[in-house]
Parts: sequence; C-alpha cells; structure tokens
Amino acid sequence: MIPVLNASGCLDALTAPDVARTLDAYVTKTVTPLPREGNPPPRIAETDVGMLNSIGLANPGIDAFLGEHLPRLAGLGIPIWVSAGGFSAADYAHVCSLLDTRAEVDTIELNLSCPNVDAPEEDALAIVAAARAATVKPLYAKLSPALPNLPGTAAAVAAAGADGLTLVNTLRGLALDPATLRPRLAAGIGGLSGPALRPVALAAVYACARAVDLPIVGVGGVACGRDALELVAAGASAVAVGTALFADPGVPGRIRAELAVLRGRVPDPGV
Amino acid sequence: MRRERRRVERADDVGPYRLLRLERDGLDAGEPGQFFMLEAPGRLLPRPLSVCLATPAELAFLIDPVGPGTRPLAALAPGDAIHLLGPLGRGFRLDVERPLLVGGGIGIAPLPYLSARLGGPPALLGFRTAGHAEAAALLPGAEVVIDPVLVTDALPSGHDVLACGPEPMLRALTAIYPDAQLAWEAPMACGYGACYGCAVELDGRLQRLCIEGPVVAARRVTGASTMRAGR
Ligand SMILES: Cc1cc2nc3c(=O)[nH]c(=O)nc-3n(C[C@H](O)[C@H](O)[C@H](O)COP(=O)(O)OP(=O)(O)OC[C@H]3O[C@@H](n4cnc5c(N)ncnc54)[C@H](O)[C@@H]3O)c2cc1C
Ligand SMILES: Cc1cc2nc3c(=O)[nH]c(=O)nc-3n(C[C@H](O)[C@H](O)[C@H](O)COP(=O)(O)O)c2cc1C
Ligand code: FES
Repeated sequence: MIPVLNASGCLDALTAPDVARTLDAYVTKTVTPLPREGNPPPRIAETDVGMLNSIGLANPGIDAFLGEHLPRLAGLGIPIWVSAGGFSAADYAHVCSLLDTRAEVDTIELNLSCPNVDAPEEDALAIVAAARAATVKPLYAKLSPALPNLPGTAAAVAAAGADGLTLVNTLRGLALDPATLRPRLAAGIGGLSGPALRPVALAAVYACARAVDLPIVGVGGVACGRDALELVAAGASAVAVGTALFADPGVPGRIRAELAVLRGRVPDPGV
Repeated sequence: MRRERRRVERADDVGPYRLLRLERDGLDAGEPGQFFMLEAPGRLLPRPLSVCLATPAELAFLIDPVGPGTRPLAALAPGDAIHLLGPLGRGFRLDVERPLLVGGGIGIAPLPYLSARLGGPPALLGFRTAGHAEAAALLPGAEVVIDPVLVTDALPSGHDVLACGPEPMLRALTAIYPDAQLAWEAPMACGYGACYGCAVELDGRLQRLCIEGPVVAARRVTGASTMRAGR
C-alpha cells in the first residue's frame, strides 16, 4: 500500500475534514513563528499545463496554530504532519522546539524551499541541524528542485539528521496577461505546480533515491494512480497530492482505487 | 465534498452570454449567490459560476465567454458531460424586508434564481450595450439601463440591496447602501478553502472569498481595487 498524503498548502483540513480523512496523513500549510497574511492578490494563475501561486506562506503563526488549530486537527483521527517554515535557522529551531512538546504532531516537514518568500541566509544543512537539535520528532526536509546539486544537498541534510525527504516544492515561473503583457500575479513571479512539474519531481526523486538511504515523499503533478506508481518506481515510498486536489477533492480515493487496479498488471516497484 | 458529473441538457445564447443547462438529477442547488466549480474542458482548474436558475429538472449557469476556461464551457453541447463541485460559499441572506436586486453585465447571473426565491422583487439591471441587455430577458419585469446611464443613476431609496456586478458598480453601491449584500469575484483554484488563492481584504485583513463569500456585506470590504467583480 502506497501512502497518499496531501501536499503542504493544498488542503485546509478544518474547512474540508471529509477530504482530509481520505488521506494517510494530513500535512499542514507551512507554519512560521509569526502570523502572515501572505502576498497581495491576485496570487494564483492557471497556465497551460500547470498553475502559478504566490500565496506567500499565509498562516496564523505558531502560537495560534498550537492553541487553536492543532487541537482541532488532532480530532481528525489521522497522523498530522506539520510543515515548519521561517527566515533563519533560529526560526525553524523555535517552531520545532514548540512542536516537539505536542503529542498531536506525528512528523515535522521542514519547508526549505518556498519560492515566494526571501530564502533564509543559512543553507539547508544548517537549518536541518538546528531543527534536529530542537526536536526528537521525525524530520522531513522538503527541498527545491532548483537546487544546483540536489542529490548533494540530500546527502548533506541526511548527515545533519533528517529522517526523510519531501521532493519537490514548486519551481519559479511567470505568467503574463495576454492583453497587457504584465504579470498576472501581484507578486510577479510565483511557484509552478501541477502536470508541468511531474517530470521534474520524478527526476528529483530518482536522483536522490540513489544518493541517500532515506524514505522519500514524492510530490509534483500527481493526479492519478499511474503518476503515484511512477514516483514510487523512481524511489519514493509515499506520494503527496497538491494541485490535483483543487480540481477534484476525491483524488486521493481515486488514486488508491487506480493503484489497486494497476497492481499485478505492472512490475512491482518494490514497496 | 464530492465532485459530481452531469450531462448538458441544453445550451442557449442569451445576448452575448451562454445559458448552460445541466441535468439536475438530485443535485443540491444551494442558496442564491452560492456557486459551483465547473470543470473547464481541456483546462487544469475548474471555474466558479453562480447558480442562475434551478428547476426540479435542471441547474443552469450563465456564462460570459471571456477566457480559456469560460470559452470551452460556453461551447459545450447537449449530451456532453462535465464534473462540478458545489454548492459552495455563502449566498445571499433572504430575510430582507424590501429587497431590490441590482445587476451589472454578467452580474445578472445569480439574480434569476435569487428573484425566484424572493418571489419576484423589483430589479434594476445595467448593461454596456443593447446587445448585452438581451440578457435582461432572464429577469422579466426588471428595469434596464444602458451605458452611459448607470444603475446608480436610477437607484430608488429605502431598499435592501442585493447586487452582483463589476467592481466600480459595487463600490458605488457601497457608498450609497453600506448594508447592501454584494456578490464579489476573485480568482479561484478550488472554491472550497484549500488553496488560499481567492484572498480578498475583508474587515481589514486578507480572507478567503470562497469561504467568507462570495456574498458579503458591503461595509466588510475594506480592500483596495485588487478584487475583481463581474464584468
Ligand atoms: C463566486 C464566483 C461566481 C462567478 N459566477 C460567474 C457566472 O455566473 N458567470 C460568469 O460568466 N462568470 C462568473 N464568474 C467569473 C468567472 O469565474 C471568470 O470569468 C472565469 O473564471 C474566467 O476564467 P477564464 O479562464 O475564462 O478567463 P481568465 O483568463 O481567467 O480571465 C478572463 C479575463 O479577465 C481578465 N482577468 C483575469 N484575472 C483578472 C484580474 N485579477 N483582474 C482583472 N482582470 C483579470 C483576463 O485578462 C481576461 O481578459 C464568477 C466568479 C466567482 C468568483
Ligand atoms: C496554492 C499552493 C500553496 C502551497 N503552499 C505551500 C506551503 O505552504 N508549504 C510548502 O511546503 N509547499 C507549498 N506548496 C507546494 C506544494 O506542497 C507542492 O510541493 C507543489 O505544489 C507540487 O505538487 P503538485 O504539483 O501536486 O501541486 C503550495 C502549492 C500550491 C499550489
Ligand atoms: S478558491 Fe481556493 S481557497 Fe478559495
């Protein structure tokens, strides 16, 4: 059985609890130390084979998250993965140390790759090391496919104490209004997700699975059972669905049903 | 939260717009002002459309074919089938004493269903051209004005205004009727609170229009002109 998760930022379990309950684990939108409204609108735009978003990590901040959101998320009855973000290694360590004390949290995913906010000064290795020192919870490092040496970074975060990888986050993209030739997003550039990202995710998972011995959550353009199976064949041990949830909240169940049909008809990818 | 699939029963031209009539087959039409996300053939993301008419047999949507999503929707033919998700969002409150429906352009879309539920209250519609004004046939008895006359030029006083239309119209109505119920637009990827793409400034902070609206009290809208409203 291939676990099916949601991609961070692509489902609000509190407004759609029935959808969250169809997942093997629920991943929260990235939580930062302080509340954030996110970028000004418009902040989504469809492109030919994907979509751009410049949400900009809108979230209630770690204190409100722990006080108001987490207790309600725990009521869903599925494992809760919290995506942690920040603007310095100390931010990540702060968020992780608070999450560490909460039994409702199953796993922490470090968002080291948001294309819509300024990146922290420190590199992924320093952030993972700081987070590792702050928590004993399982730590997944979510990396950008745009890193110049992705397998090298994967090996470095593994050495710094990551327990798993989430691959991939979005790639930077730009869409222009056909009439004005000005950016369609208020922020200008956004993160590209959806079908356009699927070969990128496959390549990232394939390369990292050969570089490190860590479980990998494959993310990027997954919309059907065959997409999930391909990521697993490339080296993932679980998959997460993002953009496909927007068009069809029933996609996790459909992926499972399609995987059941595929089983036995294609070579076992070895999970 | 489940997507359904429905057949197109009929599709009719209404002025420059297209009335897409889907078999209802048990679908909950929701309250007037609520919307559905309709699969846009060939596109990645569905598009939000207001319920225009609800009969026991049909659910109808009025479409202004303005872009890559609405054009293939307007080109659907009887027998085609599409997925749809809904009803979504918060619609109009119907507990009003002296309702007046106000529509501008494609903003007429939610008004026929609203009118039916309120027992045919007075209505005022504004259009850019006489061609666009052919859509007024969907709301028999409505008073119609055409540019350069604006709905605000013809607006009576002492009513509970329920309106949908372009942003300048909604802003002008807000100044006159701060308690009006206004149906707004924002780009939406999901329609059910998942993407945070539809953020608009309400009560001084960015909130999801698909959850808080699309119908909101005029005075709650505090944002500048980043919000988009029915053309
Ligand atoms: C709740 C809700 C209910 C709606 N109900 C209806 C309805 O009943 N009938 C109907 O016809 N439409 C309705 N709309 C609008 C409709 O959803 C959009 O027109 C549609 O999504 C446009 O998609 P598209 O791909 O065809 O065009 P797009 O390419 O998305 O846009 C069409 C045009 O609008 C311009 N545009 C796009 N984004 C912006 C922006 N942020 N600011 C200014 N201009 C922009 C584009 O340049 C283009 O010219 C509703 C919208 C919402 C949110
Ligand atoms: C609207 C939107 C919001 C997102 N927000 C986050 C986020 O808060 N944190 C994060 O790590 N990734 C975020 N992502 C990236 C997704 O988790 C995922 O990595 C990416 O979209 C690729 O998967 P997909 O093609 O299935 O959407 C977001 C993506 C979208 C489309
Ligand atoms: S349209 Fe996705 S959150 Fe409102």
